[in-house]
Amino acid sequence: MSRWCRTRASPPTEGTMAIESEVLVIGGGLGGLTSALAAARAGADVRLVSYKQSTLRNASGLVDILGYTPDGDGPLTDPYAAIPALPAAHPYSTVGVSTVRDAMALFDDVVPDYRGSHTDTNALVPTHGGTLKPTARYPAGASAGLASDERDVLLVGLESMVDFDADRAAEHLEAAGVPFDVRGVTTSFPGDLRADAKITRYAKLLDTDGEVSVKGRKRPVRAALAERVGRGLAGEQRVGFPAILGDDNATEIREELGDRLGADVFEVPMGPPSLPGLRLEDALFDALRRAGASIETGNPVAEFDGDDRIEQVYIEKNGAKIPNSADQYVLATGGLVGKGVESDRGGVYEPVFDCHVPHAEDRYDWFDTDVFGDHEFARFGVQTDDDLRPTQADGSAEFENLRAAGAVLGGYDFAAEKSGSGVSIATGYAAGRSAAQEAQ
Amino acid sequence: MTSAPHIAVIGGGSTGTGIARDLAMRGLDVTLVEQGNLTHGTTGRMHGLLHSGGRYAVSDQASAEECIEENRVLRDIASHCVEMTGGLFVKRPEDSEEYFQKKLSGCEACGIPAEVISGEEARKMEPHLATDIDKAISVPDGAVDPFRLVVANAASAQEHGARIETHSKVTDLLVEDGEVVGVEVEHDSGTGERVHGRTGGTEEIRTDYVVNATGAWAGRIGDMAGLDIEVRPSKGVMTIMNVRQVDTVINRCKPKGDADIIVPHETTAILGTTDEEVDDPEDYPEKQWEVDMMIDTLKELVPMLDEARTIRSFWGVRPLYEPPDVGSDDPTDITRDYFLLDHEERDSLGGMVSIVGGKFTTYRMMGEEISDHVCGKFGIDADCRTADVPLPGSEDFTVLRDYMDEFGLQSPIGRRSVERLGSRAEEVLQTDGPNPVVCGCEGVTRAEIQDAIEGSGSDLNAVRLRTRASMGNCQGGFCCHRMANELHTEYDESTTRAAWDELLQERWKGQRHALWGEQLSQAMLNYALQATTQNRDNDPAEDDSIDFAAFDSGPEDVEVVSDASVAADGGYDGN
Repeated sequence: MSRWCRTRASPPTEGTMAIESEVLVIGGGLGGLTSALAAARAGADVRLVSYKQSTLRNASGLVDILGYTPDGDGPLTDPYAAIPALPAAHPYSTVGVSTVRDAMALFDDVVPDYRGSHTDTNALVPTHGGTLKPTARYPAGASAGLASDERDVLLVGLESMVDFDADRAAEHLEAAGVPFDVRGVTTSFPGDLRADAKITRYAKLLDTDGEVSVKGRKRPVRAALAERVGRGLAGEQRVGFPAILGDDNATEIREELGDRLGADVFEVPMGPPSLPGLRLEDALFDALRRAGASIETGNPVAEFDGDDRIEQVYIEKNGAKIPNSADQYVLATGGLVGKGVESDRGGVYEPVFDCHVPHAEDRYDWFDTDVFGDHEFARFGVQTDDDLRPTQADGSAEFENLRAAGAVLGGYDFAAEKSGSGVSIATGYAAGRSAAQEAQ
Repeated sequence: MTSAPHIAVIGGGSTGTGIARDLAMRGLDVTLVEQGNLTHGTTGRMHGLLHSGGRYAVSDQASAEECIEENRVLRDIASHCVEMTGGLFVKRPEDSEEYFQKKLSGCEACGIPAEVISGEEARKMEPHLATDIDKAISVPDGAVDPFRLVVANAASAQEHGARIETHSKVTDLLVEDGEVVGVEVEHDSGTGERVHGRTGGTEEIRTDYVVNATGAWAGRIGDMAGLDIEVRPSKGVMTIMNVRQVDTVINRCKPKGDADIIVPHETTAILGTTDEEVDDPEDYPEKQWEVDMMIDTLKELVPMLDEARTIRSFWGVRPLYEPPDVGSDDPTDITRDYFLLDHEERDSLGGMVSIVGGKFTTYRMMGEEISDHVCGKFGIDADCRTADVPLPGSEDFTVLRDYMDEFGLQSPIGRRSVERLGSRAEEVLQTDGPNPVVCGCEGVTRAEIQDAIEGSGSDLNAVRLRTRASMGNCQGGFCCHRMANELHTEYDESTTRAAWDELLQERWKGQRHALWGEQLSQAMLNYALQATTQNRDNDPAEDDSIDFAAFDSGPEDVEVVSDASVAADGGYDGN
């Protein structure tokens, strides 16, 4: 099985000068982007390389810190208060609660279109499945939907959108005892988008306020949609749509719909492809560009030179292997979903640098029989020292100049805890800052 | 007799529904009871092989002859459930030439069309076959969808007046004066289609005769009347690949052995199997080595299986039976033949017959024999018509292609829908509202889901079996909540939620055996979508009440931030 990236398939392109930077971040998700931003802000010359589509397109766009303890207690009101009691192996324990705060301050600074920074307290946000989810930050577009807001809600579903049934979600929220009345209506989206139109088609149409044909008459889509929804409105002060309300002009669309409806409009976060997740990704890439980092996407790190210290890595591009060298490296390639952690029938491994990934020998110990049981696989990832450097089985650092951030880290179950974004931001921040300090 | 005799058929697998259809078509009054879904037992847990008989052509020629006969019948009456893939018995260099010749002459003796082809020709048909395969025998094996077939049999039985009760477990046999006079049944949720949360109840169904068609569970029914029915359940593992590495059924041309068959099935290929006796048909170990053996042995035939992605594994339990005086030690020696046990002759207990042993491919023939037996008991002279009258969905398969463009479905989805629905396509897919895709992996649209819900109530696992929704690569990660959405508003929110959770749990069950590589990555994604994005694992609707006032109610509470946020909104939008 070809799992060792240290073996060379073909020699590196000869005579190629290495592309140099002080800090090289591998991975373009939340952990990698935050880490590159933190390093750039600390004054380092930063380069970020990423290969696959980031997993942000799968994510709701909510930025959680900690919603439940590893024992399942929650929803927690104050995530910061619960961090000191986490197990020692948890990434939050490695970086400490004050670093989590500093990291969130960086996030709040570079992503202006998010809310929640006015308080340490978690918000409860309705999900497209009809449950509520605790989260520390939420897109401005979800802000009017919070469950602790006591104004009544109308949820709007679209006939051809199978991911969100507004009436069922409304009944589900009522079953959870929300402190307001909530109803659902289902309408057809104006115009003639086909039944399987992609989310981005709806968003684009709303972005451009394109004309649609309604009863033989051409009308701008926003007005047509508001009119259709308005007919079902019965005094509710808040109206929630599935998260399709534009990509580039989301705020404008929300405000126009709100004005026309005479209510605050919000989006209910959805699954993939998730517009809020993609919007967050765009905002972070923009911020990183503004910070002056060099960015290369779409090509994998194929191999590297180095033993105790990483000398250079090779980026595979159109069959050639381009050397990239840096003083410090950050591994932010993601977890099992992002393929920063991989497995086969024999075991679990980290494919870029072959860092040690602890796991039970018997793969039948990797999971629980209950679908939401205590799954060991959910905690797979590299373990690190106090400076986030991946360690070998004996606890010594794999490489003196490699740090890890985000879902490639082990020791926590982000899905159960609702801690994925927060861990990526906090460890990305810590790894980036530490790498920048050491590089200078 | 003034009215038709009332027959209870216990068991909703291929045999039970086949018997129910046959008896109902002959004019008898039939009630079928099944403890779970249709196909809940062995039928729902098989590899989907439509035998040509080739597998038994050396060891059991009587079974082989029955297989080829029924193979031809099913192609005719159940065309929308059958894919005639063809099959190969391939010989590796180390496999016995003598056995290869025996297989060939056995096929000829049993009337199974068989032809020897070279290794090169075999690889032309199936490019992923190992380069050192010597040669092969080609036979008319096929793939059959057991769910669709059983549902069609049940639907036909209903059309002929039968009552079908799923999720209705037999809790006792009613015995009076040395005769079985009915069954006591515990309904999970009342009579008719299953609805979550609806209160069930006990019902005494009085009948003139009882047919025990419960396969591996036959002994349990027998116990209720003090009968000894020595079924010897034998488990076998099947491992599902995410794509079809082969389009032909690949058998290894060797005497009996484990891991010797690959069956292309819908979008997947199924590797099988093992043969190991178990004590309890519902509780037996499912082990890692069994899955590993499928891959490590069958890669000798198709090397790419070594690195391929599996999506889940499952185990089935064969309802093997042998007369008590045979005493085979090894379950592979037990005959695959079926036995009709007339308890009046055998145990002096009238009113009941059991059918045990047998194979899926010959279910209809078994049904015919049992129905002849039952009719004989009542002196009814009615011909069996199950071999001649097509099943619902297969009445006019030739018009299928015309449907494809008709329903506004993208072509691959249209093709899949129509293949599943057969001649029912028009009736099902003709809807007023939009018909979006609910399950992308298997190409299942809303109309097909709604049709299945009509047939099986709020039971999403039954909907899954009827449509294949949630059975593809993502194993429901993207569509379980969509299927739950489709239950609403017909069913209320709490019913929907219960069905949803049950489906999630069922989907997890088989995936556990495929958790490495791509499928472990998929499992983590599903877990993240369900737990992180939807918070399905900590649903506040199922928890203690939440103090909503203790959580953030929005930045508008803080006056200063409120103004700033409007500015930030406008500022970011232009980016």
